[in-house]
Amino acid sequence: MERIELQNKINSFGVEVTFAESEVPTQFLTAEVSSENVHALISELKNNSDTSFDYMFCQTGIDFPEHIEVLYHLRNTQNNSEIVIKAKIEDRENPSIDSVFDLYKTADFHEREIFDLFGVKFNNHPDLRRILLDDDWEGYPLRKDYVDEVNIVEL
Amino acid sequence: MRVKELHKATESQEYFVNMGPQHPSTHGVLRLLLTLDGETVTKVEPHLGYIHRSIEKMCEKDSYQQIVHLTDRMDYLSCHMNNEAVCLAVEKGLELEVSERVKVIRTIISELTRLSSHQLWWGVMGMDLGAITSFLYGFRDREMITDIFEETCGARLTMNYNIPGGLMFDIPTNFQAKVKEFITHFRKKLPEYDQLMTNNIIFRNRTEGVGILTKKDAISYGVTGPSGRASGWSNDVRKSNPYSAYDRVDFKEIIYTEGDSFARYQARIQEMWESMNIIDQLIDNIPEGNYQEKTRAVIKLPKTEIYQTVETARGELGVYINSDGKKNPYRVKFRSPGFSNLNALNTMAKGGKIADLVTIMSTIDLVIPDIDR
Amino acid sequence: MKFDIYDFSVLTASIHKSLSEMMSETAVMITEMVIVGIIFLTLFAVLGLALVYAERKVCAFFQQRLGPMRVGFWGTAQTVADAIKLLLKEPLMTKSADKFLFNLAPFIIIIASFMAIAAVPFALGLQTLDLNIGVFYVTAVSSIGVAGILIAGWASNNKYSLIGAMRSGAQIVSYELSVGLSLLTIVILTGSLQFSEIIESQREGWWIFRGHIPAFIAFVIYLIAGTAETNRGPFDLAEAESELTAGFHTEYSGMKFAFFFLAEFVNMFIISAIGATMFLGGWMPLHFGELTAFNEIMDFIPPIFWFLGKTAFLIFIMMWFKWTFPRLRIDQLLTLEWKYLLPINLINILIMAFVVLMGWYF
Repeated sequence: MERIELQNKINSFGVEVTFAESEVPTQFLTAEVSSENVHALISELKNNSDTSFDYMFCQTGIDFPEHIEVLYHLRNTQNNSEIVIKAKIEDRENPSIDSVFDLYKTADFHEREIFDLFGVKFNNHPDLRRILLDDDWEGYPLRKDYVDEVNIVEL
Repeated sequence: MRVKELHKATESQEYFVNMGPQHPSTHGVLRLLLTLDGETVTKVEPHLGYIHRSIEKMCEKDSYQQIVHLTDRMDYLSCHMNNEAVCLAVEKGLELEVSERVKVIRTIISELTRLSSHQLWWGVMGMDLGAITSFLYGFRDREMITDIFEETCGARLTMNYNIPGGLMFDIPTNFQAKVKEFITHFRKKLPEYDQLMTNNIIFRNRTEGVGILTKKDAISYGVTGPSGRASGWSNDVRKSNPYSAYDRVDFKEIIYTEGDSFARYQARIQEMWESMNIIDQLIDNIPEGNYQEKTRAVIKLPKTEIYQTVETARGELGVYINSDGKKNPYRVKFRSPGFSNLNALNTMAKGGKIADLVTIMSTIDLVIPDIDR
Repeated sequence: MKFDIYDFSVLTASIHKSLSEMMSETAVMITEMVIVGIIFLTLFAVLGLALVYAERKVCAFFQQRLGPMRVGFWGTAQTVADAIKLLLKEPLMTKSADKFLFNLAPFIIIIASFMAIAAVPFALGLQTLDLNIGVFYVTAVSSIGVAGILIAGWASNNKYSLIGAMRSGAQIVSYELSVGLSLLTIVILTGSLQFSEIIESQREGWWIFRGHIPAFIAFVIYLIAGTAETNRGPFDLAEAESELTAGFHTEYSGMKFAFFFLAEFVNMFIISAIGATMFLGGWMPLHFGELTAFNEIMDFIPPIFWFLGKTAFLIFIMMWFKWTFPRLRIDQLLTLEWKYLLPINLINILIMAFVVLMGWYF
């Protein structure tokens, strides 16, 4: 499916979404959405038979100075079209967002990793615990303001 | 330990056993908390993080050339492909076109790495199942490849041969001869593998019907690589998003539909044959050209997001680089294949015996540093 | 036909006579028991050393490498070095293990092996216990080892050990049936349970040739069941390294572990020895009925070498199994026994009984 077509299709879903404009075309079609609407958008993208993005190949978190973003990279296994959904979470103190575990089971480990390293809580996740660090670790290391005098050497 | 689960366990005669972190068959430091009912596994819970080295955080302070050196400590059996992923991503960001020579050599060495990774996998699978001899046969055949690598890049395990812009050195003069010698030798040896294990009735009984993963579950869990292709999902990155020289070679994508351990085993053995075919097609016609394109000493990517996937021996490795124009990336994320493959372990192992769990873990081919990064 | 094989009972009788001239009746008995005990202890030690070395060399041969080569000439002193290492290790015991049973378990296994090896005929007259229920005695006594394994698994207070011991207990108890029944097949041919008589009856030729098809089937079943009895080869899931670390002997170290290790090798020797006795003629050289000249040539090789050669051959086959095949799962193992080997065995016994009745054997 062409990007313009896909863009129009997504606009017709009824979920509030913006498409980033840039001079240089990005690698994938990028849709930005707020953290409240992201579950509705993704479930529509998965279940709608025209788009049917049934494979989430990456789920990442990025820490910006004013907000935290959770990225979802989706792919359609039939025609190989890909799309990136960026969900902005404005609240950096207690970030929380809906989990997509009911749509993609791979979110189980990916969301635990984002919770572990960024501190984003996922609602309706079956078992949200730290995955890579110890259960009693304090702090969220991949945030830019994470300070650890013992283990991180500032050059 | 969750209190509710503990109560339920004590009522129904279930008990907990820890496999690992030090265990001969978890292929690294992985702790599995098994809930058992007699000999039957009712739940498998992996506990990760024993070898978490915060590679992603380190990448935020490193230059782009330095990131390459961190990647071959992730999945150390497909290290050339890991390096290639980062180099391709950086070259995509710089819009740098490497010469044909570099592309062909990268493909040949990737396929040799895939062969050596599968050989080790085969040896270790036999050892996990009890046929300890296969471990030595696998390593014996692998020695020829590591000798080739040692002559080419100076290292047997962490190769660091790729840099953004090309290769670090040119290939030695006897590279083609040695690779051809190895391929001739291994074509005679691979049927021996079939004789020793594939057609053995004990082996068949241990692997057929064990650990079935349906295609729907494979897509939902994101199980890529030969494990996903054995469930009927055609997910080979070399076919869908070809990179380096894969668009000009002719090879089959190995798909089986049963989704059990034997299908995963077969998929890897057939992949070894296909790798040898790819190398045969490329080894005689390595084009002339530069082995390295000039880049600046300090690489700065423009403000973009790049995602590059390659097909490692375990599945789809994705490198996501978010750069803001400085000399260090803002965020690097490695989508490792093992992370998603391990997620599916509970679905596959539920209801089987402990011995089946060992078989399933061998066939998924886990490398724990790849999962923990 | 001439039969000039040296009869060891001459030697034992002369020793007995010279001893009874020196001391009283009971003292002679006690002295003889002590002598036999010392001989067997030495035999155990020597067997252990030789078999462990043989295993490592055979294993290396299958894996296309050389095995131990540095300690001693061609590595022959390797096992001595291993034994010294095991003696010097600290005998650990977990705090919550059952002290008495934990220490008792290795001894039970060694006692069972001792009792079984006492009945093995090494040469003419060189047999400690020549009971008239020889075969029955050996099968009964080798079952005592199971108790040792179960006690070891229980007393370790470790889930892995318990799982391993349970598996092993089920396995040994099941395969004893097959071992006993396949030995019974030969007893039908000989008509006697006494070992010396069984070997005498093979003077014309070994039972595996004379008993043709039913004897050969019994031999194959005996090999399979015998390997399973000793927890070896494709049936070693009780101590499956890659699954349960070390199964029922995880918690043992030092000399106690050495006992388990030794007992496994001596059991392998016993199974091979019994198999060689029943099917391959024991110490009887290879004779073919009528060919007297051939038989006399065969008689030149002393019987003890015949016996050791046959046993070594069977041990080699058992080692070959272990290093080639993958392991069976516990349910597949029990299926093999109860659904395949046992029915085949029973039918085989019927066939053998019929064959003997009709006289259709050589």
